[in-house]
Amino acid sequence: MFAFGWLLVPMYDVFCEITGLNGKVTGPSSLSEESLGITEQRELLVQFMTHNNESMPWFFDSEKSQMRVVTGNQYEAIFVFHNTTGREMVGQVIPSVSPGRGAEYFHKTECFCFERQVLAAGERIELPVRFIIDPALPKEIGSLSLGYTLFDITDRVQPNNDLANL
Amino acid sequence: MSTVVESHDHGHHGPAKGLSRWLFTTNHKDIGTLYLWFSFIMLFIGGGMAMVIRAELFQPGLQIVQPEFFNQMTTNHGLIMVFGVIMPAFVGLANWMLPMQIGAPDMALPRLNNLSFWLLPMAFGILISTLFMPEGGPNFGWTFYAPLSTTYAPSTVNFFIFSVHVMGVSSILGSINIITTIFNMRAPGMTLMKMPLFVWSWLITAYLLIAVMPVLAGVVTMMLMDINFGTSFFNAAGGGDPVLFQHVFWFFGHPEVYIMILPAFGIVSHIIETFSRKPIFGYSSMVYAMASIAILSFVVWAHHMFTVGMPLAGELFFMYSTMLIAIPTGVKVFNWIATMFRGSITFETPMLFSIAFVALFTIGGFSGLMLAIVPADFQYHDTYFVVAHFHYVLVPGALFGIIAAAYYWLPKWTGNMYDETLGKLHFWLTFISVNVTFFPMHFVGLAGMPRRYPDYALQFADFNALISVGAFMFGLTQLLFLFIVIKTIRSGKQAKPEVWEGAGDLGLEWTLSSPPPYHSFTVQPQVK
Amino acid sequence: MAYIKKVFAKLVFATPILFSPLAFAEKSDYNMPVGVTDVSESIFELHMVIFWICVVIGVIVFSIMFWSLWKYRKSKGAVAADFDDNFWLEIGWTVAATLVLVWMAVPSTQVMVEAYDDAEGEINILITGHQWKWHYEYLEDEVGFFSNLSTSQEQIDGDVPKGEFYLREVDEPLVIPTNTRVRFLITGNDVIHSWWVPDFAVKQDAIPGFINTAWTNVPEPGIFRGACTELCGIKHAFMPVVVRAVEREEFDAFIAEKVALAEEERLLTSKVWTKEELMARGESFYSVNCAACHQANGQGIPPVFPALAGSQIALNDSSKHIEILMEGVQGSAMAAFGDSYSEVDIASVITYTRQAWSNGADGDGVIVTPQDIVAYKNRIDL
Repeated sequence: MFAFGWLLVPMYDVFCEITGLNGKVTGPSSLSEESLGITEQRELLVQFMTHNNESMPWFFDSEKSQMRVVTGNQYEAIFVFHNTTGREMVGQVIPSVSPGRGAEYFHKTECFCFERQVLAAGERIELPVRFIIDPALPKEIGSLSLGYTLFDITDRVQPNNDLANL
Repeated sequence: MSTVVESHDHGHHGPAKGLSRWLFTTNHKDIGTLYLWFSFIMLFIGGGMAMVIRAELFQPGLQIVQPEFFNQMTTNHGLIMVFGVIMPAFVGLANWMLPMQIGAPDMALPRLNNLSFWLLPMAFGILISTLFMPEGGPNFGWTFYAPLSTTYAPSTVNFFIFSVHVMGVSSILGSINIITTIFNMRAPGMTLMKMPLFVWSWLITAYLLIAVMPVLAGVVTMMLMDINFGTSFFNAAGGGDPVLFQHVFWFFGHPEVYIMILPAFGIVSHIIETFSRKPIFGYSSMVYAMASIAILSFVVWAHHMFTVGMPLAGELFFMYSTMLIAIPTGVKVFNWIATMFRGSITFETPMLFSIAFVALFTIGGFSGLMLAIVPADFQYHDTYFVVAHFHYVLVPGALFGIIAAAYYWLPKWTGNMYDETLGKLHFWLTFISVNVTFFPMHFVGLAGMPRRYPDYALQFADFNALISVGAFMFGLTQLLFLFIVIKTIRSGKQAKPEVWEGAGDLGLEWTLSSPPPYHSFTVQPQVK
Repeated sequence: MAYIKKVFAKLVFATPILFSPLAFAEKSDYNMPVGVTDVSESIFELHMVIFWICVVIGVIVFSIMFWSLWKYRKSKGAVAADFDDNFWLEIGWTVAATLVLVWMAVPSTQVMVEAYDDAEGEINILITGHQWKWHYEYLEDEVGFFSNLSTSQEQIDGDVPKGEFYLREVDEPLVIPTNTRVRFLITGNDVIHSWWVPDFAVKQDAIPGFINTAWTNVPEPGIFRGACTELCGIKHAFMPVVVRAVEREEFDAFIAEKVALAEEERLLTSKVWTKEELMARGESFYSVNCAACHQANGQGIPPVFPALAGSQIALNDSSKHIEILMEGVQGSAMAAFGDSYSEVDIASVITYTRQAWSNGADGDGVIVTPQDIVAYKNRIDL
């Protein structure tokens, strides 16, 4: 039973990946417009939200807060990251798709959330998210919201960084 | 050389003298007594915390304590009542009664039994001592959701985690003992379907404990790792999920609440049968109902999490499975009433508490059914409606079961009858104050007061004042119970072995003297 | 006689408990609110249906029980029967209970599907739960603000009488248009909070790192008050939700005003501020956002919340002071205010805390201007 309690963690991960529950979409999608095949297309609204967790001081925003897209086509959205502090920091963006059951239809072929981002003091970069909405998206879902939460993981990955401990 | 065969007449063996009797005892009755006194002391400590809560909530505004301390009170009140009162009391009753009810001289593993008890004062010593540490004790609710209990917790959380681990070990060891005893030491002729219902209730409860206490151990260990070793089980930054905490915790938490009520079901069956002078109606249905409740309890946990953002299919599944549990529970209530129907009923104190149990636990069951309805739960979740529900099933539910058992079996344990007039007085004062305290909580929750609030908006003021008055009355009344228990131990009319009229046929415990011999059954009885 | 009194006494106490709900049947201060939306009304009706079914079952079951207790008293000569089983009765009441539950499950499922609608929202609002306030952002208009409890500490401490909306009032309510499908996207900034408006029957947990959705459509204007419903720390009871629903034109004007204010803030950043102006603004910012932890007298609650009055940083180290406000303090409850507040606000509160109490007399007297904050944000050396 103890083992079962521990196994709940990877089991939970696998279960969420398979079902797309809780808006978790992990890993890049190898899909392309061709591979999906153009079946029936429809339009929907995709919104982007950015949020900094707690004490994360970077400037983090999307260039556009929403796009009207057509299922099956690939799109790109640009996000700006600016480390306004005087030290190198590492950030991790965690995505969340709403509604949760729409997550499995939101295929990201490229995303800054796949890796951690290291920004030097004062550095500013622009990074894209490229995605395709699966045409099989249920029609009850009228819009998809992609929320990105930016976490400061400098301490977790660079424990010897003195400047991290203010 | 001659060999002298000494025959030890164990009937004349007595317990050791003084403090070492209690520290080193392996006797199930002594250990049962230790658990029961421990639980009684914890009742007053946890109850004292409830009095602090209700004193602060007597009026809107912050008059007596600040929110920092209030949160510690709500958290520790819950932890102490769940882990330090209800569970140890039922274990104490199991220790006292199971060997006698199955015709055995003691539990199967007497030294393990001693360890199981003594782990508890250690665990609670650690937990309560955190209240006196500079950062204060646990302040994140007895359900200790992450990340409030991980990243944002005071550093005393590590003591809390250790304390929970120790309590868990105590429960697991105790359950192993109980299962082993029940399977191996029943008197010849006592098949499983001839066992007393209290024994059945504990067999099932022990399996539930073994199944879920390790899950609790798992979740607090994951917390420990997140807090101290940089893991991210419950931290989205590292790819984890705070909701994972809730799933794992409630996977333990839901069976836990059935652990806290099943033994009471067993006790109440015995008492109603005795005082209706009629065998319990539907014995096998009662057994199957308890087993069904236990099995179903594993598939309902997310009804504690309906607002967490689960998909529709998930919410509906848990709504249906939770509603299903009402069926075996309802069957039990019907069977108790069918036992009373066309019986020959008298109203001694244990019977009064048991009747109140059936009525008020059912009310708690109704509010539970309402809570199971997901869209309605959006309005009930985390309000005083939930607080009313669980206090109804735990106080006039589990606690009344424990008190009823105490009155029912005290004459057997001590050899003295308790004072019936005082017992009835205790009952009526408790019954009235329990309802004055917890019934208005339904209204205050429906009207919109959330739980774990040290202060509230003005429209909730009148009901809160009433609730606080009821709570103070309830707390004071339990001092009367303490007086009655001590009085019974020290004096009172001599009790017969049978104690209650007609009980001799109802269970093996009534064939022993009152008080029973030190080793209960030294000769195995035969059961027909 | 004594026994009759006993049983009837039980009935007397039980009856009001059973029947008192009748007194509070429909709309009442002691029942769930009916609310103002279609969903909230459906939920209220479902709640009442389930409630009445429970009452009926309770009345039937308890009547049989109390009647048995009265009729079969030994004191009146009742002799116990000896049956202890009836197979078909057991089957019967098990099936009956199952049917009643299935009967309850049908409307429950229907209302659930109605509430769980995933359609597109006409306007989308990102709601973030912070310790201990809400942040509302209108995604289409890219404008947002914090919503703090506005009940004064004196009322809470009992030094002045409590107002009508004690603990249910905020400085900046969420404003939404009527007759519009409003979609809420809810997340948490630190710990789990929960956003609840009873009149909309909307309650969703605000979980850090995850977005939950909810929606509502309010037909008539009004003010609706709710609460945080997940324990989130010491001020869990002090972060209410207030929503103002207004006609579409008023909403558009509100948004336009907020957009203009945001623009004004940007302009304010470049103007020249006097020490008095900065301190005045800083003092009000401090009382809303800092006093909860650092206390109005600047003494804090050490060791968790350091004292600012007499602190070395506030007296002598303005660069460190700016850094702490902008980036927070790792591993502590001090958040990074730089990403949530304007340069004007940050500069004001830093100036205020450097001058207030006896800090102004004892310290280096450095004031910090909004331009200093802009410069800090743009520096690339260090």
